Parts: sequence; structure tokens; C-alpha cells
Amino acid sequence: MIEYRSIGKTFADGTEAVGDFSLQLPSRTTTVFVGSSGCGKTTLLRMVNRMVDPSHGQVLIDDVDVATRNKVELRRSIGYVMQEAGLLPHRKVIDNVALMMRLKGASKKEARDRAHEVLETVGLDSSLANRYPAQLSGGQQQRVGVARGLVTDPNILLMDEPFGAVDPIVRDELQQELLRLQRELDKTIVFVTHDIDEAFLLGDQVVILKKGGEIAQVGSPADILAKPANDFVSSFIGLDKGRRTLHVEERNGTRIVVDESGKATGVLAE
Amino acid sequence: MTWFNANTDKVWDLLLSHLWLSGLPILLGFVIAVPIGWFANRHRRLRGTILSLGGILYTIPSLAFFLVLPSIIGTGFLDPVNVVVALTVYAVAIMVRSAADAFESVSPAVLDAATATGFAPAGRAFLVELPLAGPVLLAGLRVVAVSTVSLVSVGALIGVSNLGSLFTEGYRTDNDAEILIGVIGIVGLALLFDLVLVIAGRLLMPWAYTGGQRTPIKPIVSFAQHLGGVG
Ligand SMILES: Nc1ncnc2c1ncn2[C@@H]1O[C@H](COP(=O)(O)OP(=O)(O)OP(=O)(O)O)[C@@H](O)[C@H]1O
Ligand SMILES: [Mg+2]
Repeated sequence: MIEYRSIGKTFADGTEAVGDFSLQLPSRTTTVFVGSSGCGKTTLLRMVNRMVDPSHGQVLIDDVDVATRNKVELRRSIGYVMQEAGLLPHRKVIDNVALMMRLKGASKKEARDRAHEVLETVGLDSSLANRYPAQLSGGQQQRVGVARGLVTDPNILLMDEPFGAVDPIVRDELQQELLRLQRELDKTIVFVTHDIDEAFLLGDQVVILKKGGEIAQVGSPADILAKPANDFVSSFIGLDKGRRTLHVEERNGTRIVVDESGKATGVLAE
Repeated sequence: MTWFNANTDKVWDLLLSHLWLSGLPILLGFVIAVPIGWFANRHRRLRGTILSLGGILYTIPSLAFFLVLPSIIGTGFLDPVNVVVALTVYAVAIMVRSAADAFESVSPAVLDAATATGFAPAGRAFLVELPLAGPVLLAGLRVVAVSTVSLVSVGALIGVSNLGSLFTEGYRTDNDAEILIGVIGIVGLALLFDLVLVIAGRLLMPWAYTGGQRTPIKPIVSFAQHLGGVG
């Protein structure tokens, strides 16, 4: 379990990114931080692997304060996936992934074998393993990024808008892939996005954030949709625009699902 | 041509002297300048001071430098070590700026990702920063190589034999052929160094030549522009 205890972060230039934030993230579930740009999502995420040290409060992993742990060791024990994949441009795909194993002391052969295995798990064609990152599409790079995050089999996976830079079709594919992986792997995932649909799709627990890391509402997607805590949440999840208030209409003998403005959004499964 | 045919052994000897008198400073200059450039890039406040210091060193006239060095480092006047030391200083002076630029060209996002995925500081410096700075370092090294090969010839004026000796001797004996051979030898050697560096770059940094748009390589700084920036 990851726990934020009354945590805050004010950067050196005086920007208060997070005011006072407390939350528990249950093990083996996906928690999604969602909110508009600059609300402190990345800052919250990076306090888990000590890329950002809090100004006050603590982050605990399984009841151990991360501040007491060696930074490099801590980071090696946590998977990290980011936007634009952040791959090393001078290393081949296979080496980008295997390097994480090498950092943890695995032999060359062990690292390569494991890297091949994980690349297959994330659905990357093995013919791409010997390419450089610049020779892959954005979506393929993102898969490599996920493979790199998973290769050492960490308990925790931090994902910072990992699918933010790919087109909607590829994003959809990657999201489904992540759901499938999560069913198999059962990681504790902390996922950051500003896309509420992505948050509802992937999150077991969704945290809607306002500026300064203030929690507007925490809950399962169903809870939040059923009982938005306030107007901010209603508007953020699109209830106010009627996009999610659906009803059934009969058209040409078929039952169609229609939103408040009368736009058809789907058919009713019988 | 007849002069050359009668003096091939001599020209060959001078070429070899020229080779090591320039090769050694190029190598030493690179090895010394890279860590200084890395440091200068790391410590933004000292960067200006370090780079200006390099610029000032480069403005010392080479002949004067060759002449005063013996009294500073205690070598004999005709000792080739003077030339090697002086040219190493020039090489460092030029290369430090390139090295600082090279490390600056490395994408902060990639460095951040490396840290976040668990690289320790030393591992990151050698496995990520240094190779990614490679293309710009290479561009700087090519400038240093050409400049050093041509500066070696000044050593002939203080009696350290190299291809430049063909100029001094040819001038004294009014032998145009000898001077021409000297020019051809020096230009040829400079081109040879450049070729070796370009090939080494291709072999050591294949990733930089894959044609991907995501690995931008700064255009190679032209010699003149570079010297203008240093002086
Ligand atoms: N290193 C830093 N120094 C100063 N201010 C920072 C730093 N990093 C972030 N901030 C500021 O802290 C606030 C929160 O930033 P953060 O990156 O956590 O936002 P975010 O929710 O991830 O936004 P986005 O969706 O745009 O990625 C912003 O106002 C940002 O400008
Ligand atoms: Mg962010």
C-alpha cells in the first residue's frame, strides 16, 4: 500500500504545487490522479520515487517512509513510465529494456532473455527489438516504455500520462493492453492523466484534483458518476453538459442510447 | 616531383613526427577538456568564467608560447615536449567550449527519465550523458584536429622537426617543390585525421545516423565560426 500523509510541496521558486494531501492507495489496484494542467499530479506521482522530495509530510510504501530509503535503490524497485516514453535514444529497444535488469545486477543473458519476454508481453513485434527508439512509431515507443517499467517485475508502477502523446486509436489499444496486463500482473499502479474517460476506464480508485493537489472527490468511477461531490466534479466529468446523462429512444425499431442533447451515442444491448 | 623522389625517406620521417606531435595533443586535449566541459555545463555560474579562460588561452601567440614554455616546465628549448604541451593547451582551450555545448545539447527529459528509472549519478554520466553528447563532441574534436595539425608546423620555427620544416627549409633554399610537398603533406594529414574521426563516429554512434527526427544533431560548427567564438 502507498500512503500519502499530509504531504505538501512548495518548489524553490515559491510555487505551491501541493498544499496538504492525504490518501491511501490500496495494493494491487489502479489509482488514477486526474485533473487539469498544473494541478500537481506529476508532483504527487514523483514523490513516490523521490524524484521530488516533499516540503512536509510523508509518503509511505508498506508503512516505510520513502525518505528513509536510498533514492537509487528505491527508483530501481519502482517501474516508471512517462509521456514520450523517455527512452534512451542511443540504445536499441532491447537494450533500453534490458538495462533496467542490468542496473539491478542481472547477467547480460538473463537481462536480454527477460527483456525479450516482456517486449512480447506488451505486444511488441520481436523484429523491432534491434531498432533504435527513433525508428519506432510513438505507439511502439510507448509499449517499449511500458516494457521497461515492467521488466524488473516491480510491485509498483508509476505512469505519468503515458498515452498522452499518441493518437486516439493507438491510445485506445494501449489502454486495453494495460487493462489486460493489470488483470495478469496485479501491480499497484499510480496513473496520471487529464482525460476523465481514461481515468474512469483504468481506475479502480479515481482521484479528481483541483489546483494545489486539493482533492475534489475520491472514489470508484461508479461512485463518482452516481454521486458527484460538488459542482466542480459534475462539470469536470461532463455531467453538466449532459454528455453522460443517457436515455433510451426507439428509432426505426431499434433501441438507441441518446444523451441529453439528443445525440446518439450507442445501441442498447438486449 | 624530382625533389620528392630524392627525399621520400626524409618526408616520411617528418610526416611521422608530425603525426605524433599532433595526435598526442588532440588525444590529451580531448581527455582533459571533456570533464572540464561537463563541469562547466553542470555549474552554470562558473560556465562563463571557464569558457572565457579557454578563450584567453587560445589568444596566446603560439610562437611566444613555444619559447616561454621551457622556462615554465623546465624542458630544453628543442624538446618536442614543448610543442606537445602547448598544443594540448590550445586543444583544451577550443574543446572545452565544444564539450560544454555538447553536454548542454543532451535532452533534459532523457536525463530525467534515466534518473527516474534508477541510474546512479556516475552511471548516468558515463552511460547516458557522455554517449549522447557524442555527436557534438565529435564536431568539436574535428575542429581541434584540423587546427592542431596546422599549428604543429609552427614548431619548425623553434627547431622541432615536422612537415613544417619543409616550409622553413624550402624558403631558405628557395625550393618551391619542397614547400608544396609540405603543404600537401599537412593538408593530407588533416584530411586523414578528419576521415578517421568521421569513421569512428559512425562506428561508435550508429544511433546518431539512423535518420530519425527524434535525435537531432546540432549542425557541425564551422571552423571559422568556432574560432570567432573562442577568440
Ligand atoms: N521544478 C519545479 N519548479 C517550480 N515549479 C514547479 C516545478 N515542477 C512543477 N512546478 C509547478 O507546480 C505546479 C504543479 O506541477 P505538476 O507538474 O505537478 O502539474 P501536473 O498536474 O502534472 O500538470 P500537467 O498536466 O500539465 O502535467 C505547476 O504550477 C508547476 O508549474
Ligand atoms: Mg504532469
